[in-house]
Amino acid sequence: MSEILVLVEHVEGQVKKVTLELLTLARTLGTPSAVWAGPGYSAEAQAKLAEHGAEKVYVADSADISDYVVAPKAELLAQLVSEKSPAAVLVAATAEAKEIAGRLAIKIDSGVLTDAVGVGDGLVADQSIFGGGVNVHSRVTKGTPIIAVRPNATPVEAAAGAGTEERVSVTVSDAARAARVVERVKEEKGARPELTEAAIVVSGGRGVGSAENFAVIERLADSLGAAVGASRAATDAGWYPHQFQVGQTGKTVSPQLYIAAGISGAIQHRAGMQTAKTIVAVNKDPEAPIFELADFGVVGDLHQVVPQLTDEISKRK
Amino acid sequence: MRIVVCVKHVPDMASDPGFTADHRVDRDGVQGRLSELDEHAVEQALRVLDAAPDTHLTYLTVGPAAAAEALRRALAMGGHAAVHVSDDAIAGSDAPATALVLAAALRRLEPDLVLCAMASTDGGTSLVPAMLAEHLALPQLTFAAELTVEPGTATVRIRRDGSRATEELRATLPAVVSVTDRTGEARYPSFKGIMAAKKKPLETWNLADLGVPADQVGAGAARTVVDAITARPPRTAGTALPDEGEGGLRLADFLSGQKFV
Ligand SMILES: Cc1cc2nc3c(=O)[nH]c(=O)nc-3n(C[C@H](O)[C@H](O)[C@H](O)COP(=O)(O)OP(=O)(O)OC[C@H]3O[C@@H](n4cnc5c(N)ncnc54)[C@H](O)[C@@H]3O)c2cc1C
Ligand SMILES: Cc1cc2nc3c(=O)[nH]c(=O)nc-3n(C[C@H](O)[C@H](O)[C@H](O)COP(=O)(O)OP(=O)(O)OC[C@H]3O[C@@H](n4cnc5c(N)ncnc54)[C@H](O)[C@@H]3O)c2cc1C
Repeated sequence: MSEILVLVEHVEGQVKKVTLELLTLARTLGTPSAVWAGPGYSAEAQAKLAEHGAEKVYVADSADISDYVVAPKAELLAQLVSEKSPAAVLVAATAEAKEIAGRLAIKIDSGVLTDAVGVGDGLVADQSIFGGGVNVHSRVTKGTPIIAVRPNATPVEAAAGAGTEERVSVTVSDAARAARVVERVKEEKGARPELTEAAIVVSGGRGVGSAENFAVIERLADSLGAAVGASRAATDAGWYPHQFQVGQTGKTVSPQLYIAAGISGAIQHRAGMQTAKTIVAVNKDPEAPIFELADFGVVGDLHQVVPQLTDEISKRK
Repeated sequence: MRIVVCVKHVPDMASDPGFTADHRVDRDGVQGRLSELDEHAVEQALRVLDAAPDTHLTYLTVGPAAAAEALRRALAMGGHAAVHVSDDAIAGSDAPATALVLAAALRRLEPDLVLCAMASTDGGTSLVPAMLAEHLALPQLTFAAELTVEPGTATVRIRRDGSRATEELRATLPAVVSVTDRTGEARYPSFKGIMAAKKKPLETWNLADLGVPADQVGAGAARTVVDAITARPPRTAGTALPDEGEGGLRLADFLSGQKFV
């Protein structure tokens, strides 16, 4: 069967859930090979990739690769494409991986599709566009298809692969070293699931009122094992860190359940959450546009409704 | 120092654009505009110009005749000149072809700094800035939340908020930079600015001017094809209950019913 390259997303040596999703998807299209780029590789990581179907694991784990933004990763993939002639390259539809995909497309003169929520027979991608309002079936017609797939689009299923490790030596070109990461301040990795991967997301907006009041949102999130999100109004006000912003210029989330508290539902916010399976809204304004997409809504003060809900959930557990 | 800001003319997404029979965004009868996110790139260029008045600032767009509107809007905010690359053969281009044309124009303009936005508001792929960096073999500093240009040392630095870390990146000019909406409010064009923009030079170039073969761009050369488009069924509003003291409990009932609790 034809080889499908899957670029591994990893943080501090841990393989991210989206990679397991991509491996699961790649198994329906061919034989998956995982590509590990950057430091942090271990036998444990290799085992995890193998458990999810990776037949091969290509490893290029020098520090160079992560110190120079995306260019070295594009060079690594271009090298593997020319050596292995895979049928396709799958990456996660994250900001960074989409850029890698873009540079790779130019290097190998291939088409690239972003924001796929599925890939079927014939490598036909189901792209979610216009903020989730429209789905497009598209194909790459030239070169080796490069497809960026959204997190949370494919349920993870384990199925063992050989996971044979193959070291790849890359010489990062001078051009690829031109942009350098001079400082990297790690964000605290909290106990909550990551926003784009979470099954449940609880988001707060301007209606939350202050940074302190975000504790109300966090407590509800914790009672449900959910991630916390925020509208741009809340992140711009400095009430919650920017990396939790949901929407057009923030993260796209596609959870089973999205709870919006004190969020009006502006088009740019909807662009990041309207593909959630179930949407719940708490807003004191019955005319708020968020109610147009909510499966269930409560018109009321979130400072009453949300704590009552949190308490009730704790009781029922 | 020379700056070129790449700006895209996009349909106003609030007007809910549809699609033509050949699967392109239907721009007829839809209000077009300078992409809102590109205004942030224009603003950042203008801040460099404000601080270093010997900076020369050009706007560049690739698009049909109407795209000149985006250039006029940017010129009304400030800056010196604009270049509109327009050619019937470009219609239907995908991201690689668009980047190819932009890169050819940038080679002619020889900027020290190429500024883009993080994404367009229509296609929104975020592919173009990375592709430009690849074509031009320039360093790429993307998704800037903060941008500092130091003309004296010919360096550019950005801060960006990744999902795992806040990063500071640095490169020597020339470089390609893309900015987010976090870089700061974009200014509104003044009346004086709008009048002045009408007199600023706006050149139109075609593919022949750039030496780009027509068979490398447009729908015919596209490396991707759209087979079908389906509007997702619009979400329908469910129940919305007024809170009469037990809103949280009713919500808990709903979540229990859906097996979330
Ligand atoms: C180019 C561009 C990109 C953008 N990108 C994003 C993005 O990525 N994400 C994003 O979120 N926004 C984005 N925006 C901003 C967006 O347009 C809205 O301004 C923003 O989403 C509003 O946030 P909000 O709903 O929290 O605030 P508001 O619109 O002010 O709504 C607050 C809501 O809270 C309700 N409320 C107030 N008090 C209470 C209370 N006590 N209890 C219950 N309800 C209460 C109010 O009734 C109101 O509906 C973008 C805008 C632009 C132009
Ligand atoms: C809904 C939709 C989905 C699409 N999906 C794909 C896809 O998956 N793969 C693909 O190859 N093509 C795709 N296209 C086509 C692609 O959008 C166009 O080729 C477009 O010209 C460039 O991509 P973008 O709009 O995504 O720009 P982005 O890469 O998101 O734009 C980022 C920045 O690049 C600059 N820029 C982009 N376009 C121009 C321009 N024409 N003139 C000047 N500056 C510009 C601007 O600074 C802009 O802010 C899609 C188009 C649409 C409408």
